[in-house]
Order: sequence, then structure tokens, then C-alpha cells
Amino acid sequence: MGYYILRRLLIAIPSLLGISVVLFTVLALAPGDPFEELATNPAVPPEVRMALRAKFGLDDPVAVRYVRWITAMAQGDWGYSFVSRINVDQLILQRLGVTLFVIGSSQILALLIAIPVGVIAATRPYSVFDQIANTLAFIGFSLPTFFTGLLFILVFSIWLDWLPFVYQADIKAAGWRWYWEHIRQAIMPIAVLGLFQGASLVRYVRSAVLDVIRLDYVTTARAKGLGERVVIVKHVVRNALIPVVTLVALQMPAIFGGAIVTEQIFRIPGIGSLLISSILANDTPVIMAVTFVFACLVVLFNLIADILYGWLDPRITFR
Amino acid sequence: MKEHELRALIDNVKDGKLTRRSFVNRMLALGLTAPMASQMLDFCGVARADTKFNYKPTKRGGGGALRLLWWQAPTLLNPHFATGTKDQDASRIFYEPLAGWDSDGNLVAALAAEIPSRENGGLAADGKSVTWKLKQGVKWHDGKPFTADDVVFNWEFSSDPETATVTSGSYKDVKVEKVDDFTVRVLFDKPTPFWADAFVGTAGMIIPKHLFVDYKGAKSREAPTNLKPVGTGAFKFVDFKPGDMVRAEAFADYHIPNQPYFDTLEMKGGGDAVSAARAVLQTGEYDYAWNMQVEDAILKRLETGGKGEVHVVPGGNIEFIQLNSTDPWTEVDGERSSIKTKHPAFSDPAVRQAMMLLVDRKSVEDHIYGRTGVATANFLNNPERFNSKNTKYEFSVAKANELLDKAGWKKGADGIREKGGVKLKFVYQTSINAPRQKNQAIVKQAAQQAGIDLELKSVVASVFFSSDVANPDTYPKFYADIQMYTTTMSQPDPDRFMNQYCSWEVATKDNKWQGRNSSRFRNGEYDKLYKEAQGELDPVKRAALFIRMNDIVVGAENGTIIPVVYRPRAHSRSKTLRADVSGWDNDTWALARWYREA
Repeated sequence: MGYYILRRLLIAIPSLLGISVVLFTVLALAPGDPFEELATNPAVPPEVRMALRAKFGLDDPVAVRYVRWITAMAQGDWGYSFVSRINVDQLILQRLGVTLFVIGSSQILALLIAIPVGVIAATRPYSVFDQIANTLAFIGFSLPTFFTGLLFILVFSIWLDWLPFVYQADIKAAGWRWYWEHIRQAIMPIAVLGLFQGASLVRYVRSAVLDVIRLDYVTTARAKGLGERVVIVKHVVRNALIPVVTLVALQMPAIFGGAIVTEQIFRIPGIGSLLISSILANDTPVIMAVTFVFACLVVLFNLIADILYGWLDPRITFR
Repeated sequence: MKEHELRALIDNVKDGKLTRRSFVNRMLALGLTAPMASQMLDFCGVARADTKFNYKPTKRGGGGALRLLWWQAPTLLNPHFATGTKDQDASRIFYEPLAGWDSDGNLVAALAAEIPSRENGGLAADGKSVTWKLKQGVKWHDGKPFTADDVVFNWEFSSDPETATVTSGSYKDVKVEKVDDFTVRVLFDKPTPFWADAFVGTAGMIIPKHLFVDYKGAKSREAPTNLKPVGTGAFKFVDFKPGDMVRAEAFADYHIPNQPYFDTLEMKGGGDAVSAARAVLQTGEYDYAWNMQVEDAILKRLETGGKGEVHVVPGGNIEFIQLNSTDPWTEVDGERSSIKTKHPAFSDPAVRQAMMLLVDRKSVEDHIYGRTGVATANFLNNPERFNSKNTKYEFSVAKANELLDKAGWKKGADGIREKGGVKLKFVYQTSINAPRQKNQAIVKQAAQQAGIDLELKSVVASVFFSSDVANPDTYPKFYADIQMYTTTMSQPDPDRFMNQYCSWEVATKDNKWQGRNSSRFRNGEYDKLYKEAQGELDPVKRAALFIRMNDIVVGAENGTIIPVVYRPRAHSRSKTLRADVSGWDNDTWALARWYREA
């Protein structure tokens, strides 16, 4: 097991290196620089822009810049943002908490919806409940999150005036009010992401449960005279969830991607909105760092999915 | 308008026949800035009406929270590194300059005890120095006293090329000396008519010496105070999350009594302009939203929400079209649009005049910008009120056709005019921005009726406005026949604004396209007038020179510039908020005086 993890981690290194080369080259080839506003402001002499470009090393060849970046990165120096001149790691850490909170809660919400609905739908296939659940699931994952986000704002903030649509990371309140305010502002973004995730998971849970429920051992369990509840919860769901768990782990990076748009719409100060604003500002060090973090997450969650799989299903061995 | 006419107007103001404000408005119509107009009045000895602010609260604090929404989030809080208005606005919460500009273009003292003038001995007769008396008893947020050393330090900090500050344009060519603890003198190496640049307005915010003295030059990035500002302003720092949120609270030792009214302040950033307008106008979640770059029709609809309203303040931004003077399709020595070439069609004045007639500014104003863009023939304009002969614009397809016919441009089989093998087919480029694309379409439609074919091209803003030498699509390269963008004249003096048409400023390969003159306009008379204006100390004579330069650039004879709309600054604010916002300074320049009225 330990050997297996070590080997997987070692394999990850070249792939991450490859990813970083591709990212860096694409960014270096992309046109533009971070000084757009300086260019249109006549009060700023052009020498200032030239000096800044030289200072940030933007005039050096791509290969030189890449080597500089990768050696600094290897020593744990993530560089600093061209725009805010703050260390990139600091910038990311500041925002990581919010993103994890929103993504984590939406994932929990998705599972809370998907597992019961999927299981009930599978135990009564083609019933009215199943049909409705299916239809809603289709609608749910067909609607992109930026659309549902705007829709929610329109309905709950503007028509009904129930919820705020500007997210605040630090709320000035204490005790219960603090929790209440946090929940109130987080409901919409979490619901948008959670419902989208939940909708696609419902279909996986349903088909996984359907696969298992027809197996002989389930019939045996029923024949033994076990109650339906025990059969479903202890014997069916447990086995059916093995592929679902891997799926959830594999989808984590995709959720980070989905959160980017949602964060922008609700002004959530997370990693996603950081990525968008740095892309708009051509802030290369930040874009590199954030995309690199995402790349690491993909590799990491792939590994976690594989390990989880083996842990849940003892028939699988690591070699 | 000639010099003597200007003088007659000023005499009218002196005699009280004309109000100060309407004089300023008239100067705006001629393409001058409000600060310049008020400088002319001061110079001619018209008594300065002390700017009175309508500030009702009688004690400091008690106003609760002030909530501001900037849809571009501030990313750093050091005014000398502020890459955009958003950073300047956020820095201005904490830092103050010696003086700021009000909406009529008057200087208002902040850290200065008084505004320098010739009467109080602040301005030297030879125009080579200005002496600022500083306010005494001002404290930094950490309790240390503010003195002349701080002011001198800001000059050293900003003018040091190693520091690479964005304000260096205001400081690198001056010298600053300390006279005594509360007096500083700014020295110019040649007579300088416009002295109120260093330490004034957006570029003039003063940072504390005692916290930055160890972080000059290459180490400037490491200063902890870059992120935790300690200023002299009405609000002191609480918290800052770059790209998201700035928090501040009232400063108990602020140097103006009874200010500020608000106890706390938060500036939230991010998102987009439309939803920012919505949060102020419709849901009332915020009190103030900045820079409403939103179509007026949408703003009007949001205003029916009843929580807030849109305000427009005059400033110096102008959306304009440039006709390339050089040939963008011929490469000479590795560069296109080289000044060694001439544009095959635009070198004919008839074609340029026709283009000027084909821009339907009225429709652009009515259908695109509304209150946020006023049709103009000049750098600033208000045609309904001032029917001056050099502030006229016209839209007429018939006249354009007539002109082109007369000049021998004949329509071919495809409906496109041509003469001597040159076809009137142009590439018209601008940055990607919904109103600009609509504007392009309006011009294209009219041009088509006159037998001119326009190919529309739009470039992503971050490319169009970048200084990337390798990219062919930037506006200084101007590899197209026609281009359009907004140039900001936030700084109150037209001197730097007008140098964008000087022949030595042409963007070329030799200067890595860093020259300010992207239209490649070259005119001997213009150059002469500009040089004359640079050394002219009499503001009235100088104004007359600038008006003439303006007329050359937009005029039918030599001009290659078509101003489209003048864009005043629009913001949304809550109906109960009383805010003092000036188009010649940062939106937050007078935060201390903001208050709420039921």
C-alpha cells in the first residue's frame, strides 16, 4: 500500500511538470500585459510601463522566465502578484477557506439530495416518483450554474427580497446572528452548486443501486426474512455506493471549476474569482499558481479515488 | 475664441455679469478643463469664492456604516503603485494630498494650510517655484505628527526610478525642498504654468515617511504598510483583502472638526457593473456604486426600484475616433503605419471631412450612452447652451456624398467609391465593449450610404490597451485605418493630454510604440503652439493656445480626430446619501464630508 502511494506520487511529478510547461507557454503566448489602465492614462509616462515590465521580467524570453519560475516554485517561492504586489501563496491562502466552505457545503448538499432520491427512485423504478426525480435531474444538470445563479438572484434577491446577493467574507456580528448572516448569504451559491452536482449524482446513484438490487444476494437477504429497510441500507446501498464514492472524488476538481463562475456572480472572494480577475488583468504569477493548484488537485483526487476504491472493495489490491 | 475674447469674459466675471460657474462651463465647451478655467480666474484677480460645502452633521461619528461597491476590486493600497482608479480611490480613503479638486475645478486644501497664490506669496513671479504651507496639528493614524519631512519624502520615494512608481510622471522633473517644518517648496527647472500637479489630487496622496523610509527603491514591495495603510485621512485602516474588501473606521483625531459622519466604512469589490448598480438602485444593499459603465436604458429601469439614483459629474473622458495619417497596409523597415508613409485615402481632406460628417453622434448619444455620453464636437462640449462656431458637429450623409463626388471619388460597381486605384475600404478597430460595438455599427451604416465600406474589428481590451511590443493589435501600433477608444483626462491640466498630437510623440518602432501620439497626427503649427503653451505663464494666453490646438486637431482642414461623445462620470448612490463627488479627482476625494439625510 505505502509502496503503491509512493509510486503514484512519483509518477505525478513528471505529469505536473508537463502541465506547468504547457500552462506557462500558453500564458506567455497569450497577448497583453497587466498595465492596461496605465496605458490609457496620459498622466503616466510610458517609461513607467517599460520600467515595470523590466522589473517584472516580462521582457525576457519565455524559457528564461519559465526556468526562473520553476526554480523559485521548487524552493517554495510562489512569486508575487503583478497587480497587488503581494505574495501569491498569501493571496491564495486568504481565499482558500471561503472556497472550501462553499464547495464543501455544496458537495454535502448534493450528497444529501442525491443518495436518498437516487435510492428511492431505484427501489421503485418507473414509478411516478422515479419519473419526477429523473425529469428534475435532467433539468438540473442541463442548466448551467451561471444561469441558475442569475435566476436565483432575480427571484430571491430582487423579487422576494429575502437574501443578499453580495457575499461578505467577514461579517461584523457575533453569536447566533453571525451564523444566521453567514447562512443567509451562502444559501444561494451553495444551492446553485449543490443542486447542479446533486442532479448529476442522482442518476449515478440510481443506476448503481439498480445494478445491485437485482443481484442474488439481495434476494437471499430478503428470503432470510430481513426487513426491506435493512436490506436496502445495509446490503444494497453499501455496495452500490462504491462507484459513487470514486465518482465524487473524481469530480472534485470539476466542482472547483464550476465554482469559478458562481463565485464571480455572487462576488464570493474565493480562489475562482481570484483566477478570473487575474486572467482579466494578465497577472501571470497568480494565474500560474491557481491553475497549478487546480492541476495538483486533479492529480491528488485521482489518487484518492483509487485508494478509496480499494479500501471500500477489498477484492481490489494495489500492486 | 481669441485671447481678447477670453479676457472680456473674465472681466464680465469680475463685474459680476457672469457667474464663476458659467464661465467654467463655457471653458469646458472650448475643450479646457475646469481646473484650468478656475486658474485663469485666480490669475486675473477674480476673488475666489471660498468653496462652501453643505455639511450638516454637527458632531463626529454617529452615522453608522457607509457601504461602497466598486465593481473592480482594489488590489493594493499604496497610492504610488495604484495601477488604476480603483486602487487610487481605495488609497484615498486613508491618504490625503495637499489639496484636491472640487467639481468646479477649484483647489480645495486638505493637508495644506492654504492654496498657494501670488497674493499670499505661494507662487513665484517667474513661475519656477511654488511654496506650500502645511496644516499644523495633523496626525497620522498612528499618532505621529505630519510634517514637511513627509512631503519631501514622497517626492524622493516617487521620483526614484528604482521604486518604479506610477506617480513618477508628476515628481521626476521637479525638485522639492523643505523650508521649515511646515513649509515646502516645489522647484521647477523652467517656468511652469501648471504648478498644481505634484502633491495635488490623484497623484498627490502623501504616505508617511516614518513607515516607508526603509522601503525605498527596489525594496518598496516589501513595505508592510503597502497593505496596512497609515494615513492622515478621516478613516483609518481596519482590514484589507486584496481584490475583495477594504474596511475602515472613523479616525478620532481627524484634523477637521465634526468629520467624518460615518463610523465605519467598507468598500466591497468585484462582480460586474450591472449588478453593482442593482445592489444600490434596486435592493439598497449598498450606498454607493462607482463608475456605472452600463447602458442608460438599463440604469433607468433599475432606478425605478426607488432605492437610489444615478448621478453624473463632469470630468474629462472622451470617446473619440482616430483616422490614421499613415498607411497601415504597407510595411516600411519592419513596421506598418510608419510615418514614412501617407494614408492613401485619408491624405485627401475631402475623405476626412466626409468621415466627420458620417459619425452620427446624436444617435450614439440617444441610443447608446444616454446620460453617460454626451455628443460632442470637441474635447468637452455642451452644444445646446454654447453655440460657438468651433463647437459644431453635423451629421449628413448627403453632404458627405457631395464632398466625395466633388473630390473625384467615384462609386464603382460594388457601390464602393474609388479614385486612382484607391478604394474607400477601411478597417475600423476598437476594444470589446458592448456600447463600442454598437457605435461601430452606427458609423458603418452611415458610411455604407456614402459609398465607404468599413470592416469592423474588435480587440479584447487587455490586448488593445497593453504595452506588449510583440502584439500587432495594440492601439499604439494602430495597424488599422480607423480606431476608437476613450482617453481619460483625469488630470486637470491639458498639457499632457494635448501632447498626444505632437509630432515628436508619434508611436514608432524606434520608441517601441511608447509614443503617446498613436494617430500619427503631424502638424507644424500644432507643434509650435504646443511649445509656446508649455512656457506661457499667463493662463489666459495659454488657454487661447490650447483652444487653437484643439481646433487644429478636430478641424476639417488638418484634423484627423473625430470626437464622438464626452463621457461624464456616472455613479449610483442611495437616495439618503449626500456625497461630494468631483470629476477632476477621485470619487472618494471628499469622503470625510459624506453624510446621510433621512
